[in-house]
Amino acid sequence: MKKVFSRPRSLKNTPFHYCAGCGHSITHRLICDAVDQLGIRGITIGVPPAGCAVLAYNYFDVDMLEAPHGRGCAVATGIKRTLPDRVVFSYQGDGDLAAIGTAETFHAANRGENITVIFINNAVYGMTGGQMAPTTLLGMMSTTSPPGRSATLDGHPIRMSEVLARLEGTAYIERCAVNSPQNILRAGRAIRKAFRYQMDGAGFTMIEVLSQCPTNWKMTAAESCKWVDEVMAQAFPIGVIKDIRKGEKHAD
Amino acid sequence: MDKILISGNWACGEAAIRAGCRFYAGYPITPQNELTEYMAEHMRQAEGGTFIQAESEIAAVNMVLGASAAGARAMTSSSSPGISLKQEGISALAADELPAVIVNMMRGGPGLGNILPSQGDYFQATRGGGHGDYRTIVLAPSSVQELADLTMDAFDLSDAYRNPVLILGDGMTGQMMEPVVFGKPRPRRYSEKYVLKGAGEGRSRFVRALILDALRMEEHNWKLVRKYNVILQKEVRFETFRTGNAKLVIIAYGIAARIAKGAINRLRDSGYRVGLIRPITLWPFPAQIIRDTAERIGSFLVFEMSTGQMLEDVKLALEGRARVGFYGRPGGIVPTPAELAKAIVQEYQR
Repeated sequence: MKKVFSRPRSLKNTPFHYCAGCGHSITHRLICDAVDQLGIRGITIGVPPAGCAVLAYNYFDVDMLEAPHGRGCAVATGIKRTLPDRVVFSYQGDGDLAAIGTAETFHAANRGENITVIFINNAVYGMTGGQMAPTTLLGMMSTTSPPGRSATLDGHPIRMSEVLARLEGTAYIERCAVNSPQNILRAGRAIRKAFRYQMDGAGFTMIEVLSQCPTNWKMTAAESCKWVDEVMAQAFPIGVIKDIRKGEKHAD
Repeated sequence: MDKILISGNWACGEAAIRAGCRFYAGYPITPQNELTEYMAEHMRQAEGGTFIQAESEIAAVNMVLGASAAGARAMTSSSSPGISLKQEGISALAADELPAVIVNMMRGGPGLGNILPSQGDYFQATRGGGHGDYRTIVLAPSSVQELADLTMDAFDLSDAYRNPVLILGDGMTGQMMEPVVFGKPRPRRYSEKYVLKGAGEGRSRFVRALILDALRMEEHNWKLVRKYNVILQKEVRFETFRTGNAKLVIIAYGIAARIAKGAINRLRDSGYRVGLIRPITLWPFPAQIIRDTAERIGSFLVFEMSTGQMLEDVKLALEGRARVGFYGRPGGIVPTPAELAKAIVQEYQR
């Protein structure tokens, strides 16, 4: 019988510690699929964040260097500038990328650093227990916005993909989701495309992943997948935000 | 060997490049801007050299973290307030056991303070500076020549111990011009096995500071301590100056020691028996020479351009064996040798 599905080679044979229904494990797998398909395991260096994915190096079978909270893009910059022929990606959550690490992210994007950022947006701080994130939706309850996020008191959810797309240094930014087979396939294609852009030296690439967090959203896994479509994707529309090669022919 | 007239900040940058530094990230802050500017011009001319003007001191040190892990000799520099911002990254470098050189041209503080030469960051430099149990080697030059020499040494030390090394200068060491002869850099000795460059066909590696298991985290701390103990044994550096037959010994570092030498020379001419111990490494601190000196000399005077920080290390070294006086000028005041001489005479006559 022909084998049509297996664990990617770049994904270690280690059970995930993530909660049931969490989007991290799916996204990890998609990254590893992309690495395998492009044949770049040996030249890829990943930068895991602080947060739930802090243990990412237990799963990715590629070289990894942990970044202090929020500094993923600065650390990735240091690696990539030193080893320009390697494929360098940082993996960051919404608090990491859009709050404590906003400056590092924004300026790496503006310099057009030739790196890829996988941006996990689950609208909460997951590992610390469900506090308000820069991407928490208006009215959404969290442990630090107990009555629901108020625009007046807490500000508005930040659409980082749209913000970064305005910068000249960014080459390709797409917002994806991992809540349905269709969206997962699309996210996988987007990650592969981002890596390919990086390998071509196109500039800064980022794939934002709307990622369900049933534990902190206080939902079942199935409910959280539905919520991504019905609520979250309304505030964070899925699709290509920027593609400097739009119109060019791609393999995908 | 050519002797050239050069400022401290430039000499530090030139020495770093000669020592094989190929990655520099920095952010403007006075009084070390000339170092960043020197790197902007000359690092880009060096083969394989990278210069990045970072968006902040935090970003700069984290870029250095990435570059160091990827195998570059890497450096960043700043002045006091900026060094506070770098502490997160310095703690991470120490935890990850990654080499890096960090230059602090100290200015008056606390807070934004001013932009004049000062020595208020001694505690921060010698006690780790960031969070957690760690130490950094701290080198304190008192001339532009020594700044150039110690910059080269800093890269070798940081490779040898896989630990960040701080160069603790001040606004004056950074900005004054003096004749310098650049030394010959030694070839780099740093095992490829520590460099993250992609797994190739082999096993993947990771470099991290997060160790959730308490027993393993404890062991990592003790492992670092074992390394620090070797540094304490092997890397202490100091200079003694006119301590023979001295009655009173001044202890001062960096530019303050330079002033002290001027004061001591004047006082010796007038018959005062005074000398100097100048710590060159502030961590590891040269405690033994101070203790040994206390065998024959009962009185010390610590002079710092601060309210008294190294003073504590001197007292810890002496454990009450001798009298310790203090003369301090914080906040950006650089006393003249004559002013210091007056304070020395007062102490001498007690």
